[in-house]
Amino acid sequence: MRARFWSGGLELSPAPVLPEIAVLVAACAALLTAAFVPQRLQWLGAPLALLGLAVAAGLAFTQLAGPPRSAFAGVWALDGAAIWGRLLILASAAVCVLLAPAWFARDKRHGEYYAMLLLSTLGALLLAGAMDTLQLVMGVLLSSVTGYVLAAYHRDWALSVEAGMKYFLIGALTNALLVIGVTLLFGLFGTTDYAALAVALADAPGQAMTLLALTLVVIGVAFKLGAVPAHAWLPDVAEGAPAPAAAFLTVVPKIGAAVALIRLLPMFPADAIAWRPILATLSVATMTLGNLGAVGQNDVRRLIGWSSISQSGYALMAITVVGLTDQALPALLFFLAGYAVANLAAFAMITWLRGRTDLEHYRGLSAKRPLAAAVLVIAFLSLVGIPPLAGFVGKLMLFVAAIDAGYAWLAVVAVINTVISLFYYLRVLGPMYFDDTDAPVHTLGSSAAVAMLAAGLLTVLLGVLSQPLLAALGSAVLLP
Amino acid sequence: MLTLAVLIPLLGALALVLWPGVSSATARGFATAIATIPLLLLIAVWAGFNTDAGAPAFQSVVEAPWIPALGVAWRLGVDGIALSIVLMSALLFVAAIAWPADTQGRARAYYAWFLFLMAASLGLFLTLDLLLFYVFFDLSLVGMYFLIGRWGHGDAHRAALKFFIYTLAGSLPLLLAIIALYLASQPHTFDMRALIAAQPVAGMDVRASLILLGFVLAFAIKTPLFPVHTWLPPAHVNAPAPASAILAGVMLKMGTYGLIRIPYSMMTATFGRYALWLGVLAVISILWGALVALAQRDFKRLIAYTSINHMGYAVLGIAAAGALVDGEEAAQTLALTGATVEMVAHGLITGSLFLITGAFWQRTQDYEVDHYGGLAQTTPRLTAAMTVAAFASLGLPGLAGFVAEFQIFVGTFAVYPWLAAIGLLGILITAVLFLKMLQQLFFGELPDRLSGFTDLRATEAGILLVLLVLVVIIGIYPMWLLELINSASAVLVGGA
Repeated sequence: MRARFWSGGLELSPAPVLPEIAVLVAACAALLTAAFVPQRLQWLGAPLALLGLAVAAGLAFTQLAGPPRSAFAGVWALDGAAIWGRLLILASAAVCVLLAPAWFARDKRHGEYYAMLLLSTLGALLLAGAMDTLQLVMGVLLSSVTGYVLAAYHRDWALSVEAGMKYFLIGALTNALLVIGVTLLFGLFGTTDYAALAVALADAPGQAMTLLALTLVVIGVAFKLGAVPAHAWLPDVAEGAPAPAAAFLTVVPKIGAAVALIRLLPMFPADAIAWRPILATLSVATMTLGNLGAVGQNDVRRLIGWSSISQSGYALMAITVVGLTDQALPALLFFLAGYAVANLAAFAMITWLRGRTDLEHYRGLSAKRPLAAAVLVIAFLSLVGIPPLAGFVGKLMLFVAAIDAGYAWLAVVAVINTVISLFYYLRVLGPMYFDDTDAPVHTLGSSAAVAMLAAGLLTVLLGVLSQPLLAALGSAVLLP
Repeated sequence: MLTLAVLIPLLGALALVLWPGVSSATARGFATAIATIPLLLLIAVWAGFNTDAGAPAFQSVVEAPWIPALGVAWRLGVDGIALSIVLMSALLFVAAIAWPADTQGRARAYYAWFLFLMAASLGLFLTLDLLLFYVFFDLSLVGMYFLIGRWGHGDAHRAALKFFIYTLAGSLPLLLAIIALYLASQPHTFDMRALIAAQPVAGMDVRASLILLGFVLAFAIKTPLFPVHTWLPPAHVNAPAPASAILAGVMLKMGTYGLIRIPYSMMTATFGRYALWLGVLAVISILWGALVALAQRDFKRLIAYTSINHMGYAVLGIAAAGALVDGEEAAQTLALTGATVEMVAHGLITGSLFLITGAFWQRTQDYEVDHYGGLAQTTPRLTAAMTVAAFASLGLPGLAGFVAEFQIFVGTFAVYPWLAAIGLLGILITAVLFLKMLQQLFFGELPDRLSGFTDLRATEAGILLVLLVLVVIIGIYPMWLLELINSASAVLVGGA
């Protein structure tokens, strides 16, 4: 950031951040709308948010043309990883917007929800593009403070407040660790800029302080990823946050955090600073802990929360082997896409069924709501990795990357975890199909149904027709 | 042609799902008609199949790009082994779908899942792409899981859960081994023909052994071999009869067929090094299956255990054919052909046996052998069908099982004489247990509460007649089948 910022001449064209500006403008517009329209028109925030996200996605798409580059004196990445990460974040956020109108229809602060959601999206976008440690900190903080609000949006419902509180406490701690880590790195190498850091690190001898700084930063980002050791908020948020917010918080920040991590780690020379074993350990711990936590759950939203932790563990496989194989980045991005559609499909289904969460209430659901049940089956089987769904292609890519990089044992651990995960997913799917029920099943609004069907369909299509996305991701590049 | 054979059942399943208010009878008729189309298509492929010595190994090949970024393509094609198994599978699917089953008010879903399972199973035997093979392998699990769980009886949920988890635990090592094979090939490809030609892991030591272990573990669970067979009895007993027939008749073959198609063909040297151990495992399964079956009082469970025994014969034949010995090509070809005939014969015979158990269940909801007796007096058709099937299963000369087991043992004697000698004991034990079962069910005193026990209806008898006539034809005049299979096994052994 320092000298080059001035010596290289100031680039002040807003072009590199136009998508982010679109999201910001939409957030402001949503906030103003919320302030001035009556309660029954508060839903207007939803189309506004969708418009902002669509414009942002269109702008991000045009950025794909042109070589991988950085902007604003190297703090802002415009490479394949960042742009595809952005597109994924924007698309996922759009699905989450669709879930909200009916859910919050009677909430006094309905309209503000969209502004908060868009600002949180902006935080994730900053994470995906961060090429400067301070930029990274800003991304994590913006995404976190808005996240706390989203989690605790039902402020007179104890579970929601508890979720927000837990999220906040763990967040405050890990954010502090992140800032300490970034400070240490600045103290050691005198720069916050990734390109300069990479140069400095290449010559630096391995020393404990660097490893400590890196570990602190990784923990800070692991919080957003929902990975061990900063994972504990996820089940509570999945259960207690409003279902549309839970959908958002278990997906969108993760995408930004995963891209931020895979960009950060290759800067550190793996032979001097042994980060690969650390990441591999985190990966194993995350997938195993997540799965074991989910096994005994009788609360479906909590179960998805734990499963979402284990999915972060799989994602960490790709980050562990980055630099050893070309497949790591495409594997991570495709896996994230597959995870996003499947998890959103599951939460959309839950939202459409008015947040139904007790395992008992899923009994016999397939006879009453066959389409919703089918979506949940597709979502869960995709999370397991059953072909030809999106999750299968994602896991296949992860396994190829891990084995190609010589981390076959990591793939074996992931396989064992996959078998465990099938058990708890089937605990939901089995009764849903095999039993009968007389209880009525209430649903919520058509936009949630649209989101559910869209996400379910995408889970299938992204797997069966994976070629276009895979080909595009195959050429994605990672800066610096 | 082959593509249609996979797609038509799939589209039929989709049509049933989207067809509101269709009656149970219509759904069954529609599904049977749809299932017949692939059978006819495959018979047409068979008619055009060239078994001459110089003919290409894989025929009727189709290839279309699917995921070029990963080297995955829609590749289908058949050799003599695949064609004989897929023909049997298609026939058995038609029989199982046509079988009058209790669909518990959900006929649409029942037949849709059956057609889905048919598409996945046929696709598995037809594909020439390793990743596609895995896709079909897993999809068949999904279909079977829902069939057992929804339409099974007894503790069906548990059985379905155990089946799915156990066999997924088997399929994931398969995936890892497939990926390892893919990464070992240059350039990376999932094309089976290219992999068979390249033998990508030849000369690697530990890695090749680990890859082989992945394949053998996966296929041993599927086949199933002792000691990873424990998912099979509950799944078979609690599944609805037509699903049991498919599970035993078609899905167990995926294990043995996979052994031939992948490790046997693509890593011949490594497979040969460990063939003896596979043979030992096979003999243990033969004896274990037979002895445990002998102790069963539940005759559906008894038949399930004889499946372990019979699939052991098939694996023994494959192991003998894969062994690294010189100058025994003729015997090894015989063993491999025998193993394939065993798969076809076991499909037809055990498929019939499980359908017959379905007939029992619909009448009495009881599988206890001791609760029956004297049925020969009142149910001549049922008695005849069960007797033919049981005799075929125990390997009576003149029936299909004998042709298969004779070739397997003759072939194996040349390679592993001791294993063959011990394995023969299995035939002895199965003979005892089937005779005891027949005696208990059909002879002796007819209990009073069975006085209302009706004979097989026309549909049931007709379906069994088709299957059992084939068993007799293969037993008396097997040349047409042997010629077809030999065209492939001669190439496979010759290339070893």
